[in-house]
Amino acid sequence: MSVVTKPNSFRSGPDERGRFGLFGGRFVAETLMPLVLDLERAYADAKADPSFRAEMDSFLKHYVGRPSPLYFAERLTAHCGGAKIYLKREELNHTGSHKVNNVLGQILLARRMGKTRIIAETGAGQHGVATATLCARFGLKCVVYMGAVDVERQKPNVTRMHMLGAEVVPVQSGSRTLKDALNEALRDWVTNVTDTFYCIGTVAGPHPYPMMVRDFQCVIGEEVREQLWEAEGRLPDSLIACIGGGSNAMGLFHPFLDEPEVAIYGIEAAGHGISTGLHAASLTGGRPGVLHGNRTYLLMNGDGQIDEAHSISAGLDYPGIGPEHAWLHEAGRVTYLSATDEEALDAFQLLSRLEGIIPALEPAHALARVIEMAPELPREHLMIVNLSGRGDKDVPQVAEILEKRRS
Amino acid sequence: MTQRLSARFDQCRTERRAALVTFVTAGDPDHTTSLSIVKALPDAGADIIELGMPFTDPMADGPAIQASGLRALKSGETLVKTLALVREFRQQDRTTPIILMGYYNPIYIHGVERFLEEAKTSGVDGLIVVDLPPEEDEELCQPALKAGLAFVRLATPTTDDKRLPKVLGNTSGFVYYVSITGITGAATPDFGAVAAAVSRIKRHTPLPVAVGFGVKTPEHAAAIAEAADAVVIGSSLVEAVRTSLDAQGHATPGTVGAVVNLVRALAQGVASVRKAA
Repeated sequence: MSVVTKPNSFRSGPDERGRFGLFGGRFVAETLMPLVLDLERAYADAKADPSFRAEMDSFLKHYVGRPSPLYFAERLTAHCGGAKIYLKREELNHTGSHKVNNVLGQILLARRMGKTRIIAETGAGQHGVATATLCARFGLKCVVYMGAVDVERQKPNVTRMHMLGAEVVPVQSGSRTLKDALNEALRDWVTNVTDTFYCIGTVAGPHPYPMMVRDFQCVIGEEVREQLWEAEGRLPDSLIACIGGGSNAMGLFHPFLDEPEVAIYGIEAAGHGISTGLHAASLTGGRPGVLHGNRTYLLMNGDGQIDEAHSISAGLDYPGIGPEHAWLHEAGRVTYLSATDEEALDAFQLLSRLEGIIPALEPAHALARVIEMAPELPREHLMIVNLSGRGDKDVPQVAEILEKRRS
Repeated sequence: MTQRLSARFDQCRTERRAALVTFVTAGDPDHTTSLSIVKALPDAGADIIELGMPFTDPMADGPAIQASGLRALKSGETLVKTLALVREFRQQDRTTPIILMGYYNPIYIHGVERFLEEAKTSGVDGLIVVDLPPEEDEELCQPALKAGLAFVRLATPTTDDKRLPKVLGNTSGFVYYVSITGITGAATPDFGAVAAAVSRIKRHTPLPVAVGFGVKTPEHAAAIAEAADAVVIGSSLVEAVRTSLDAQGHATPGTVGAVVNLVRALAQGVASVRKAA
């Protein structure tokens, strides 16, 4: 008897209880449950309303700058000497990453729901910056929770959020990184239930967040399909993206899940290496558990206590992963690999020099595996890499690391 | 199935007073000291003991209980040790109900069936699991009821009349009304609003209603006792533990006494209100 039954479609989830197979769900305190149900209803209404889609499309075009280019990375391709590599240039979006796609959707929804105060958690600060930006644009109050450790290592983004008028709260509890920022945002939401909308930055949290954030990010994969059709007249052979919570990856992957000829790779952060235990690779090194409103793969000890994640990239430094990824992993539709801090740093430098594009440390993890895989593949193989964010925010941190190496 | 619980509520009703429910975290500040604290609670005036199972990411708890849980984890407390603590307590006390309170993940990882069996044989009477709303009842609530444990649910100010029946559906033992929208130990509740909420809940259920979150002093306890069948105190007790510790965070000879003295004062506050028979 097979444990995982092959579904007819990989795109039909979640079910009415917010489950992707075993994963997902609504594991929240009772105070939040009515809010989560409200949100589910409001999102279903918005989704069925053509004017909501039209408003989103207009802002995506004129404010975010979509569609983002699908760029043939000629020199990276030549360097690897194999697969033809295309970069989906999400780093060219307004605010510098894919995060804005989702935030735009949630902020327009918050406005429909009459909410006046927006809260968000952030790791690298990209989601925080995107949220602060759209709150400025729509005149909404914005509070961003950010682990105190991340406030230190991602200072440029903290400054940006301040300039955009957001309040940034450094979180001192627990490991003082992204998971603790999420806890603190949930504590805020439980306290401010009437006026506050919680804008989650990734495909995780209680239903309907994993589904809703995925839907808002699917614009990435939908554009890739059209753009590659125009450039090459066919589907890609492989897709590859980095994964913390997994929103940029899900946005690229989801429109292609039912195309069995498209190979799909998600790259987790291996930190110092999986065998050291100091990493952020929940699928590779974790197991199913329940945290932050959903059941998914988590890093934890034998007593069910959540472990701290370790990654050079604040955006991947999270001990969990979106529940739909956990399901796709078990169903075998997506292959999940990992890249270490060192490998990401090398790829970061390589892309900067070969293509004149400084990537964020997050997609540098995906690039690390691209550099390894592409040379082994034929020249007609079309490989799409999601360049989910730009590296400006990482320049001070990377400069410091390289400086230390030289001395 | 919740005999110790119903017997205790009956007793309080006979004595025409509200029950005092005291929350402390298992293993805070260390296993041995917390066992001594728990053993001393009934004599100090606790009617029901709520024992916190520490978790790294307690997202419904305020700074005091967060810190208490981290102290316990740092001292090496685990779910297995918490169940052992209950077993040891039961050797001296067979009447005071014990409710385990915590988050789902440690239970899920231990294994639901195994946990329920061990909890039952250790002498646990009921469970409060913060991150399991009625929508997830088949995870733990239904198996717990089948195993003969009470599953105490939280009702909150956001639980409206339409939703209350769903929340109360599989609730047993008592209903825990969260007096504020917020985390444990935060704002002081509006006592008038609490009284209205308690009578609203009582229109939907014959179960006793306990009220907690933000109840800190004997005066608060007395005010809540006017309206509720039970008063829950947590954050101020774990704060009493914290302030009794030495500079290294270790228990001192005053630690158990600090908690006991506060529970005595709170019990007097609760008992000062004479309830209708």
